[in-house]
Amino acid sequence: MAVSTEAAAPDAAAGAGGRAPRPRRRTGGWRTALTFWYFVGPFLIGLLVFTYIPVVWSAYLSFFDARNTVTPLPEDFVGLGNYARMLQDAAFTDSLVTFTVFAAFVVPLTFACSLGLALLLNRVRLMRAFFRSVFFLPFSCSYVVASLVWKMSIFNGVRYGMANSVLDLFGIEDVPWLFDPSPPWYWLVIVSLRLWIQCGFYMILFIAALQQIPEHLYEAAYVDGAKPGRQTFWHITLPQLRATSVAVLMLILIAAYQAFDEFYNLIGNQAYARPPLMYLYTTALGTQQDLGRGSAGALILALIIAIVTVLQGRFLGFGNAEEK
Amino acid sequence: MSHTTASRSTASRTTARSKPVGYRPGVGSKGANIAVFTVLAVLAVLFLIPFYLILRNAFATDAEITAPGWMWFSPDPAWGNLSRLFDDPAVPMARSLLNSAIVAVLTTAGTLFLCTTAGYGLARIPWRHANKVFYLVLATLMIPGAITFVPSFVMVSSLGWLSDYRGLIIPGLFSGFAAFLCRQYFLGFPRELEEAARVDGLSHWGAFWRIVVPNSGSFLAAIAVITFVGAWNSFLWPLVIGRSPESWTVQVALSTFLTAQTVSLSQLFAAALVAILPLVFVFLFLQRFLVQGVAQTGLKG
Repeated sequence: MAVSTEAAAPDAAAGAGGRAPRPRRRTGGWRTALTFWYFVGPFLIGLLVFTYIPVVWSAYLSFFDARNTVTPLPEDFVGLGNYARMLQDAAFTDSLVTFTVFAAFVVPLTFACSLGLALLLNRVRLMRAFFRSVFFLPFSCSYVVASLVWKMSIFNGVRYGMANSVLDLFGIEDVPWLFDPSPPWYWLVIVSLRLWIQCGFYMILFIAALQQIPEHLYEAAYVDGAKPGRQTFWHITLPQLRATSVAVLMLILIAAYQAFDEFYNLIGNQAYARPPLMYLYTTALGTQQDLGRGSAGALILALIIAIVTVLQGRFLGFGNAEEK
Repeated sequence: MSHTTASRSTASRTTARSKPVGYRPGVGSKGANIAVFTVLAVLAVLFLIPFYLILRNAFATDAEITAPGWMWFSPDPAWGNLSRLFDDPAVPMARSLLNSAIVAVLTTAGTLFLCTTAGYGLARIPWRHANKVFYLVLATLMIPGAITFVPSFVMVSSLGWLSDYRGLIIPGLFSGFAAFLCRQYFLGFPRELEEAARVDGLSHWGAFWRIVVPNSGSFLAAIAVITFVGAWNSFLWPLVIGRSPESWTVQVALSTFLTAQTVSLSQLFAAALVAILPLVFVFLFLQRFLVQGVAQTGLKG
C-alpha cells in the first residue's frame, strides 16, 4: 500500500496513516504516471517541439536544396550533396581550423588563470571578498559590451587606443590589432577578452572545490616531511581537484565551440578568423538563406562535438566522477 | 565516495571561518603574503580597466576620446551623453532596453517554473519510465545550444515568430541543463520534510509548492540569477530572431551600433554603460546567491 501513498491524491495519503511511503519504488500505476506527467509534461513537450523536432526537421532539410524555404519540394532532393559541398568548402574546413587554434589558446589559458586566481585568493586574508567580487564582476558583461570596449578603446588600431598609447611610451609603432592577419595579433584581442569574462566564473568553482579539501591532508603531508608549496600542490591539491578540473575543462571547451559573439563584433565575417558558428550563420541566415547547407553544417558540427565530448569524457574519466 | 563527503563538508565548515582553507602549515611568511596581496592588487586593477574605460568614455566628448595623449577622466564630464542617447530617434535605445527587460524577466520566470517542476518530477515521482525520460533530457546536453540555432530558426520561422517576443523567449525556456541541475538538487533534498508533508495529506504537487520550493530559496535564487544574466547577455539568438529594429534586444542594438558605426563613440560607450548597469547591480546585491549558486550548480554540472 505504500506504493499508492507515494503515487497520488491527498486522501489516499491520509488513508495510509502514519506509514512512511517507501521512497525508491518505481511503479506503473496510472496515478503515478499522471503525477509524473503534470510535473514533467510541459517541459518535455517544449523540449520535443524546440529541440527534438527542429533537429529532425533540420536533418531532413539537409538532404534538400532548401534555399529561402523550410518546406522544400520533393524534386529539390540532393541526397548527400549538401554534406559533400560543406566538406569540400575551404571556408568551412578553415573555420574548423580557426576553432582548433582558438581552443588551443583558450582552454589551457582559461583553466590555468582561473585555477591560479583561486589559489591566490585562497591564500590571501585581507580584502578577500573584494578581490573575489572584482574577478567575478566581468562575468556580468556580455561579449558584445566587452567587444565594444576591446575594439574601440583598448585595442583600437589608432593612436588613442589604450594598448597603442602604452606602446607609444616605449616608442613602439601603433599596431593594427584586429585587421591585419599577419602577424596575427587579433588572437591576443580575442583570447584576452574571453579570459576577462570567463576566468572569474571558473575561479568560483575552483574556490568551492578548494574549500572541500580536508585540512588534515596538508597536516599529514607536513608531518611526513612534504615540502609545502610545490609538493603539496602536485600531490594533494591538484589530485583533490580532479573532479572539478574535469568539469571545468568540459565547460570551457563547450563554451569555446559556441564562440560567435566576440568574433562577430570584433572582426566580422573575415576569412582569417571565422569560427564555425559564424560560417553557419552566414550560410543559413545571410543573403543566401541556404538552410539545406546550413543544416548539413550544423549536423556535421554537432557530430564532431559529440565525438570529442565522448572521447574527452572517456579520456578524463568524466563518467566515473559523475557516478556516485 | 559518499561516506567521505559528509565528513569533508563538516571539516571545511569548522575551519573555513577561522583560517584560509587549503592553508599549509609552514607557508605564509609575511613576505610571501605581501607578494600574494600585491599580485592580486595588480590583477584587480587590470580586471577593472574595461569598466573604467566605459565610464570614462561615456562621459567624455568624441574629441576628448580621440585626442592624442592619455586622459584619465574628462575635465568637464559630458553628463548630457546619457540623455542625448535616449533622445536620439535614430537609436532605439529605450525600446531595446525594454525588450531586454521583458525577455530576461519572462525567460527567468518561465525557466524557473518549467525546469524546477520537471527536475522535481524526474527526481521524485517514482514512475516506471522516469529514467527513460531523464535520458531524453540528458541527451540534449550533449549538443551545445548554439549549434541548434539553425534548426530552431527553421522551427520559429515556420511558426511565424520572427521579430516577436514569442520567438525570443519561448524556445529558450526548455533548458535541458537547468532541468538537469534541478533534478540533481532535488535528489539531495531531505526526503523527511516531504514525507512529513505527504503524511499530513499533501499531494506531490502540494508538497512541492508548500514544502520544497520555500525551503530551496538560495538554490532557486541562484538558478534565477544565472538564467537572468544569460538571457540579458545572450546575443546570437536575438540576432537571428530580431529581424526588425523594434524587436532588437539591447545586445543586438549595441552590436548594430558598433558594426555599422552609426553612432558616435561617446554615445556608443554611454549605451554600453546603460547595457551593463542592470547586471552590475544584480552582481553587487545578489553576489552571495550568485557565488553560492555557481559553486553549487557548477560543481554538480
